[in-house]
Amino acid sequence: MPTNKIKLDRLLLTVLFGACSILFITPLVWMLSASAKLERDVMTYPIQWIPREWNWVDNFQKVWMENVPFSLFYWNSFKLAVVSTIATLLFSSMAAFAFSKLRAPGKGVMFGLMMSFMIIPEQATLVPRFIMIKWLGLYNSHEGLMLMLAFSMYFTFLMRQFMMGVHNDFIEVAKIDGAGYLRVYAQIMLPLCKPILATAGIIKFIWTWNDYQNPLIFLFTKELFPLPLGIQFFRQEYSNNVSLMMMAAVSAIIPLLIVFVVLQKQVINGITVGGVKG
Amino acid sequence: MSTAIERATRTEKRKWWNQHRKEAVAGWLFLAPEAIGIIALAIFPLLFSLMLSFTNWNLVGGFQEMKWVGFVNFERMIDDSKFWKALQNNLFFTAVTVPAGLVIAMIMAVLVHTKVYAKGLFKILFFIPYICSTVAIAAVWAALYHPSSGPINQFLMAIGLDQPPKWLVDSHYAIIAIMVIAIWQALGYQMIIFLAGLTQISEEVYESARIDGASGIQQFWYITIPMLAPTTLFLTITTIIGSFKVFDLIKFLTDGGPNDASTVLVYRIYEEGFINFKMGYASALSWVLFLLVIAVTSVTWIVQAREKRA
Repeated sequence: MPTNKIKLDRLLLTVLFGACSILFITPLVWMLSASAKLERDVMTYPIQWIPREWNWVDNFQKVWMENVPFSLFYWNSFKLAVVSTIATLLFSSMAAFAFSKLRAPGKGVMFGLMMSFMIIPEQATLVPRFIMIKWLGLYNSHEGLMLMLAFSMYFTFLMRQFMMGVHNDFIEVAKIDGAGYLRVYAQIMLPLCKPILATAGIIKFIWTWNDYQNPLIFLFTKELFPLPLGIQFFRQEYSNNVSLMMMAAVSAIIPLLIVFVVLQKQVINGITVGGVKG
Repeated sequence: MSTAIERATRTEKRKWWNQHRKEAVAGWLFLAPEAIGIIALAIFPLLFSLMLSFTNWNLVGGFQEMKWVGFVNFERMIDDSKFWKALQNNLFFTAVTVPAGLVIAMIMAVLVHTKVYAKGLFKILFFIPYICSTVAIAAVWAALYHPSSGPINQFLMAIGLDQPPKWLVDSHYAIIAIMVIAIWQALGYQMIIFLAGLTQISEEVYESARIDGASGIQQFWYITIPMLAPTTLFLTITTIIGSFKVFDLIKFLTDGGPNDASTVLVYRIYEEGFINFKMGYASALSWVLFLLVIAVTSVTWIVQAREKRA
């Protein structure tokens, strides 16, 4: 029975691999368990994976409702991520529409030029962007940060690739019916592009939610901080309270984890599309 | 003759323009926001920082305080031990995390692709750290690495190590401790990309190899690895570039310390520009980073082009 034997092999390997993957996510399991503990139980050894005394509610209240405005950090993160995502989708899809479907002299050169800018590392332009934002009077404001996060050649490229696959007949028919370019874009192109818009939107949302470097440079007032800066601030305030730190970390991670588990296909596809084309 | 042709092309052009003027205008209007955004936030800053790198400027004073100093900033780098330490750390970081990450990720991807049940579940599990905020993850590892009461060192002491490393506060181990986190966080992403590459290799190649009696390891060595080469190359470029840009973990966990033991290029840019407000020197460092990224990319491009020809 060779097939049976192969199956047994695979089963054993699956179990072995499963063990490795549990080891792999141990740090996150530890985080989850520490966030539910009393502070004195956090660093005990051997580790109590299941808290001896549950303190989840109390830790949650301390993180979310006391003097460090954690719920405000949350709101800031949410606002920044939503607005930047919508702006990116809008600007990128508009440009992608022009690049893929409209005849405009010079657009090919423009596309090549903009693609080559993708090589510029964000960090190499941090200093001048900081100076520019100061000049514009947008330092320490969400508007400045959103401006910084609204444009991305990466998403323009993804969307252009997708739109190239949309049949021109759709557009021609609409034009014969007398639709202007704005209507073709808004009422034909965008609905056809729903899959790529969803994928790009989720990825952009995750990236902005997790972004630490831009807020660190462009924000300064505690009340404007998004979660990553909030966690840093929180750490300075409660340096010796690990269970609260872990509750803060869990709070920052959970929403994204839910988004990811529900929409994992789109997330994984979106990340591989850029990857495999290379 | 020639004038007739010229006249003809001119009329052609005019005709084209009359027909398509609206479309061209619309095209540029659709392009404009993104194009202006990218030019204003990428290309202009890049040139601006090139200019700044030849000046001595403290930002606090206005523009009139800006002093043109030629190559002084770049000459300063030669004597700046922190810069060399940062560069050395960056290279060390690359030399370890890139090969280690890619080898583990490739083996994992092959196992998940062919040898294991519940593929989907493993994909999700390994991908989770990549989705998580680096800062939140860094907070967790900071607790795990705690020198006396952290679980890692408690475990090491329990198995008989009297003096385990002090990790993030030990100048010999800080950068290594951070490298472990970086490999761990990127592994899921790298595995997913390899998996995508693996699905593009046709099953027939393996079948004919099996008929010829190739063992599993031979198949891996002579089919999987060569067929994955484009994916591996892509991941190699992006991970090398990524390793030059490492910052979040360093800033949050060690601030480049102890004693600059874990400083890196981007951390030096941050330190000079946003802590010391030396905009000129920070810009010069930015250009070093930019040139490094260009160098890595062009070397890999050349390699790729040569392989294609071969």
